[in-house]
Amino acid sequence: MADGALGAGMSPTDPGAPAVELVGISKQFPGVLANDDVHLAVRRGEVHCLLGENGAGKSTLISILSGMQRPDSGTILIDGEPARIRSPRDALKMGIGTVYQHSTLIPALSVLENLMLGESRRIVLDRGRARARMAEIAKMLGVEVDPDARTGDLALGRQQQVEIISALWKGSRVLVLDEPTSMLTPQGVEELEKVLVQLKQQGTAIIFITHKLHEALAVSDRITILRRGRAIGELSSEEIRSSTPEQNRATIVRLMFGDATDIGDAPELQTRIEDVEDLGARRLTIAAGDEEEPILELKSVSAPGDGLEPGIVDVSMKVRAGQILGVAGIDGNGQRALAETIAGQRRARTGSVELFGTPVNRLGVSARQKLGLRYVTDDRLGEGIVRNLSVSINLLLKRIGEQPFWRRGRIDARKVNAAALELVAEYDIRTPGIATRAGTLSGGNIQKLLLARELSLGPKVVVFNKPTYGLDLRTTENVREVIRRLTAEGAGAVLISTDLDELLELAGEIVVLSRGRLVGTVQNGRDAAERIGALMIGDGDSPGAVA
Amino acid sequence: MTAVLAAASGLFTQSFVTALIAGGVLASIPLMFTAVGEAISERSGVLNIGLEGMMLVGAYTGFLGAYEAHSMWVGFLTGALGGGVAAALMVVLSVRMGLDQIVIGIAITLAGEGITSVLQQAQFGGAYPRLPAYPQVAIPGLDSIPILGKSLFDQPLVVYFGLGLVAAVAWMFSRTRWGLELRAAGEKPEALDAAGVSVLNTRSYATLATGALAGVGGAYLSVIAAGTFTPFMTQGQGYMAIVIAMLARGRPVWVAVASFVFGISLSLSTALQLTGINISADVINMLPFAAIMLALVIFARSAYLPPALAVPYVRGAR
Amino acid sequence: MAIAAEDRAAAPAPPAPPPARTATGRGQMVVLTFVRSLVPVVLALLAGAVLLLVLGRSPVRFYSDVWRYGVELNNWQNSAVLMAPLLLMAAALVVVFRANIWNLGYDAQYLLGAVFVVGYGPWMFAHFPRPVAYAVLFVIAGLAGAIWTIVPALLRAYFGTNEIITTLMMSFIGIDVANILVKGPFQDPTVTIPQTKTIPYNDMLPNIPGTHIHVGFLVALGIVLVLHYLLTRTSFGLRLQVFGENPKAARHVGINVRRLIISSFLWSGFLIGVSAAVDILGLWSYVRSNWNPSYGNTVIPFVFLARLNLLAVIPFVAFYAVLSTGGDLATQAVSLPTDFLLVIVALILLFMTIIEFLGRRRELGQSYLTKGLREALRQPLVRRRRSP
Repeated sequence: MADGALGAGMSPTDPGAPAVELVGISKQFPGVLANDDVHLAVRRGEVHCLLGENGAGKSTLISILSGMQRPDSGTILIDGEPARIRSPRDALKMGIGTVYQHSTLIPALSVLENLMLGESRRIVLDRGRARARMAEIAKMLGVEVDPDARTGDLALGRQQQVEIISALWKGSRVLVLDEPTSMLTPQGVEELEKVLVQLKQQGTAIIFITHKLHEALAVSDRITILRRGRAIGELSSEEIRSSTPEQNRATIVRLMFGDATDIGDAPELQTRIEDVEDLGARRLTIAAGDEEEPILELKSVSAPGDGLEPGIVDVSMKVRAGQILGVAGIDGNGQRALAETIAGQRRARTGSVELFGTPVNRLGVSARQKLGLRYVTDDRLGEGIVRNLSVSINLLLKRIGEQPFWRRGRIDARKVNAAALELVAEYDIRTPGIATRAGTLSGGNIQKLLLARELSLGPKVVVFNKPTYGLDLRTTENVREVIRRLTAEGAGAVLISTDLDELLELAGEIVVLSRGRLVGTVQNGRDAAERIGALMIGDGDSPGAVA
Repeated sequence: MTAVLAAASGLFTQSFVTALIAGGVLASIPLMFTAVGEAISERSGVLNIGLEGMMLVGAYTGFLGAYEAHSMWVGFLTGALGGGVAAALMVVLSVRMGLDQIVIGIAITLAGEGITSVLQQAQFGGAYPRLPAYPQVAIPGLDSIPILGKSLFDQPLVVYFGLGLVAAVAWMFSRTRWGLELRAAGEKPEALDAAGVSVLNTRSYATLATGALAGVGGAYLSVIAAGTFTPFMTQGQGYMAIVIAMLARGRPVWVAVASFVFGISLSLSTALQLTGINISADVINMLPFAAIMLALVIFARSAYLPPALAVPYVRGAR
Repeated sequence: MAIAAEDRAAAPAPPAPPPARTATGRGQMVVLTFVRSLVPVVLALLAGAVLLLVLGRSPVRFYSDVWRYGVELNNWQNSAVLMAPLLLMAAALVVVFRANIWNLGYDAQYLLGAVFVVGYGPWMFAHFPRPVAYAVLFVIAGLAGAIWTIVPALLRAYFGTNEIITTLMMSFIGIDVANILVKGPFQDPTVTIPQTKTIPYNDMLPNIPGTHIHVGFLVALGIVLVLHYLLTRTSFGLRLQVFGENPKAARHVGINVRRLIISSFLWSGFLIGVSAAVDILGLWSYVRSNWNPSYGNTVIPFVFLARLNLLAVIPFVAFYAVLSTGGDLATQAVSLPTDFLLVIVALILLFMTIIEFLGRRRELGQSYLTKGLREALRQPLVRRRRSP
């Protein structure tokens, strides 16, 4: 990503009234003050970045602006006029289009049908008019999308373009992009930047939400920093342009984490600030020991996907003791099928999964677990825990019926509780008690609970699926430390992640998953990121490949 | 069953086939109305287990309307109203408040069964007054086609309305904004919401339409088919309609086809009596359900339900 | 630089939830649960009274009749007799509902069980000593009920086919099959009306001494208690609960989901068959065609009100047994069909979900579903040190 590619010369000389202005917005959720008296002014033809950690209140602010939530207090001004935004419809009418972090396209419908959704003009659909409108916007953005394609069949980058077209459908006063790069390849990100340049020239005000500092610096004309629900600082376009990237970085870090916090707490920053070569060198020393027997091996394994998630095709990989094997790839390229096939939740159609040289294809989850295989799922709330059961039962969920916690089918509550208390202490799970319902814990503590469950009692190979996704920085660092410690003690790990920085920080060898196939292996080191990015795109039909 | 098959060769006299098809059409109409209605709400993400109750309420109010006003059209209107009112309960409790669709559905069915029986008794004190038979409308020309003509094109007027409805709903699904919004509400409600269309309103209208159509289906049973109202007279047809909508994957034309197939099996008993073969009524009653089970076993993998079916929509919940 | 000052900012971190159950908290919860369970019943009875007024009947007379015919004198014993099949039916529903599976095929499962008991009963009693005959008949009835769940169970386990639909369809089929059996192989040749042979009076289940309540009542009570233990204290119960609360988690932790679905279906069908055996051998002694007491429909609301807790089911079933026993005669007295009771049951169900909704608003996450194990684990915890 080229710093300053967008910055120079784009800000209008006379901003006039801001296109949209938030005044004193507050929003309280049970137990959390998500937004606390937030002020924000976004000008035409500017990319205004909202920067903050997960949980800083960015998404809440955006859902208020887009009508999904109503603020407890505060006003929204559009072109200086107070506006009542009480539903997504109101927001759209006022020309505020939003591209949400989670896709709002319906995979089963065609692109055109998705775009026509919400057209209130007439009862009978006017496909001709919609086609024309779509062509018009696509031309303005400089993109090409087939209106009759089934949306679910498009690459994610292309889908995002459809979302942007959809957001601009009823006018282009304000475009909100919520974490738009999280699903994109580096090349896809570049293309998104081009689209943003086009839009700025049209005078659209763009709100760009991210938790990645380097991204914010690359695209923004103005940056507002959110922290614990408050807007705690702003960098104007002049400041951004007149300072060096390092100075900007330092300013922002100070704002985000306070003066007292050392930068070491923020791994994402650390990775960026540290010299990449250093990193590479550190990794290479870990990636030794090629001759050792693999403890986990996949031999040409294929497994079905489900629904829209692709399966895996002909995947072969080896994990040795003490090694972290990274699996890179854009979300939804077969990561879940891969993890579940290893864990035993999904049956391999062909090929064999081998643990310590023995095929385990026919074994189920619990049998593989007894052999030392563990799986830390990415779907923490969906399948990781049972919300309505206690923390202690959730900690032992994979040992139901086993000695010594159950004897002849009868639960031994004393033993269960003792074990649970130990794990809660060891993994620093913040909970009012072990009888608390697991569903009431915070995301970070739920992940700690899952780690405690999977890593207790002799793990030998552990599959981590997006282990830090959505966690705050401190917990993220904890989790990464746990993974490092685990492999230092001799276990093997498969680290599936969509966060390239995380893979570069932890893994020695990184394989790249694209549409369910392993398309290449990269040794961590110089240029690893670029080579992985190139592999992610794989064949010609990629979101980044439009000229 | 084997007896039926063995005798079949000698069975297919013209009168038998005519009776079978004519009866099948007649029996399929209430199923068709109700199942098309269910297709609408299933597509929008509401699983309407209370269909049986809505049909019964429609049957009762339909009968009452036709009886008091001496008009079958008033009967259909009041039937639709009755079904709609029962559906309104579903709308408020399940769609709006997000309560369990299955529990509410069971409650509506139980309430429908109970209340219609109680009201019938309270009103007529054990008597079952009959309505006059309503005229059939023959389509000139077509009704003289041998065998099929009499059975298909010489029917009560409402039959043609039913067929028109199927076409209209099919058109609505594919060509109108309502259809698009219904499908979106069932496939991915948050997308519809983000597009500025109220998911709850969409589902509410769909459920009301379902109730009204089930009411018409019920009214057909009491006003046209039986000529009177008896408690529990739907005998599981509401549940059959749910299955038909499921198997037809919510596509109206297939709903009509499936309804006709099940209509045939419902009318088999009358047709068989014409031939002089006497098969236990229990066996005959069983046939449509057995057919459905068979269809479910065979098509178990492919019965399609929208992803968001029976999942209450709450904005912002993931 | 336009730093909007104060980065001390940071609203204080959300207060930690209050430390686990204090005595008052717990007492409050008990009261709340109690209220939430009883209010729907009271509201439904009130709404029923309004309906009676609308129909021009006296609610006072109706409800006092219910009390008179359901409880007073020795009538409570009739209610207790009715409790026997209802309790087993409730137990059967709890087993599947805990796994979040709907077995709505109870009518057929019950009738098939009943028909086989009367079909083979006379012969069994003629050839075997009574205890043996009872045992065999209980098992036969149970198997008949269980077998009728197999198709829905397999479809659900292997293809995920909606079991609400399949069990209902199987129910319609099974009711007809039962009728065919009544009119065919099991028809009593000595009468012209379609009904089965009658089990001799002497071979019926004996009464509890001093009452006319048959021992089937105690059998049912015993089964309910044993089942309660199984569901709350054993690994089977926990697996069932995990699957019921979160099927994806069940798959994730390696529970054999298919086996679980099939076994809970089979147990449910078996218990329903046994409920028929108890009812036939204790009370009815024969089956007439088109007879269908439809216990399942009326038990469902109470199973939910009891929050799928079998101990709590007992008083609710007792309540309904009284309502039903007394209501049978009380409805006749005001010249309404007994289907009026169905309306009350439906109203209970409706009010229950509404109260549930209001409760959930007050206290997010608290639901009427399962808490057996949570409760069980709480006690040893309180005495221990608090977790960090």
